[in-house]
Amino acid sequence: METINHYDVIVIGAGPAGLTAGIYLSRARLKTLILNEGAVGGQTVLTHEIANYPGVENISGYQFANIMKKQAKTFGCVIKSNIDIEHIVLDGDVKKVTLSDGSIFTSDSIILSPGGRSRTLDVNGEGKFKGRGISYCATCDGDFFTDKEIVVVGGGNSALEEAVSLTKYARKVTIVHQFDHFQSFEHAIEEARNHPKISFIMESSISAFYGDENLESVDIVNLKTNETTTFKTDGVFIFIGYVPNTEFLKDKIELNQWGEIVVKQDMSTNIEGVYAAGDSNAKRFRQITTAVADGTIAALAASNYLHERKSVKQPEKEVQV
Amino acid sequence: MLYTNLKHIESADEHAKILSENENVMVICGRMGPMCIPVYGIAEEIEDEYKNVKFCDMEFDNPESNVIRQLPEVRGFMGIPFTIYYKNGKVVKATSSIQTKAQVTAILDAEFKA
Repeated sequence: METINHYDVIVIGAGPAGLTAGIYLSRARLKTLILNEGAVGGQTVLTHEIANYPGVENISGYQFANIMKKQAKTFGCVIKSNIDIEHIVLDGDVKKVTLSDGSIFTSDSIILSPGGRSRTLDVNGEGKFKGRGISYCATCDGDFFTDKEIVVVGGGNSALEEAVSLTKYARKVTIVHQFDHFQSFEHAIEEARNHPKISFIMESSISAFYGDENLESVDIVNLKTNETTTFKTDGVFIFIGYVPNTEFLKDKIELNQWGEIVVKQDMSTNIEGVYAAGDSNAKRFRQITTAVADGTIAALAASNYLHERKSVKQPEKEVQV
Repeated sequence: MLYTNLKHIESADEHAKILSENENVMVICGRMGPMCIPVYGIAEEIEDEYKNVKFCDMEFDNPESNVIRQLPEVRGFMGIPFTIYYKNGKVVKATSSIQTKAQVTAILDAEFKA
């Protein structure tokens, strides 16, 4: 099949995994398209400084992602960013991706590397007060809360470490966490517990945000008693982990209970010609280096798949000639 | 320093000059952080599509960015970036914190439609 929108491989996602796959595939002279729903670079661009990527001394995540993007483009890879995927067909010989603007792209193979995003509480008022009292980044917005009383939601390393860092600005920090214990390193728990500005509301969660122009209070529900109390606060910082961007793949490919893509050692999925790489895969460690490794393996496996497919089809072509 | 490919505004004078020379201007005032970078990325992505708009950024911690931080339209903002949309030198819209491409283009289409 050869149409203007047909590619050898479509890569979904332009984080380190997707860009690496794009670099390898396009360098192998395979016609490659990367479709990306957000900004190129994925979570990498959010990293202030990358200091542990082998062979690179110090670089901002933004610069790192831009170099990878440039590398992929240099080899002929096409990258379309900030798009919305409306529909995806993974079964069959020809894979098909339809965007919300009506564009349709097809390919012989596909690599899924949609990555992840910060989890939100998804409760009433969260959207309204984003940037007006609700934040997901302490280093970005902490100084707006100087001498104010704030809440930090979460119980992992990020929540506890950011809660401590926010005490540089805030007068008082209250950590609200859904369990009776933290899922964090012991030293982070100890530092938070011993901090005079930090207090705790355990086994509880926020159920609503209130205010006029800016956030003024939240409803906190005790998950054991179901009792709800209104808690006055100037700000809420939310650090409740990441979720894989795999909603669009539900019922189309094998996902585990957390929505992560299940892959074999060669990054192949349960669907022929479909591979997956990066943070959206089911795996233990999520680093730029592991995403790059996944992207490399997925690209090589996809190349091999296309080569084998072409070899099988070759005799038919010879008969036609 | 902002490591973006957008036009960087370094001073209040330069800010005033850009507003006087361009009918439609979008200025993203932020840092190189997780809430700001996606908005810079969107602006870079759509720059070619919206040729009638001048896209710029300005470092939030630069004292010269007072021209943005002291705007009445950003009173109550508690999240960066502060993104300001100007038409003929006047603020027509301002947003706080991270935005999606759909949110940004909706404003551009509503305020700056050619």
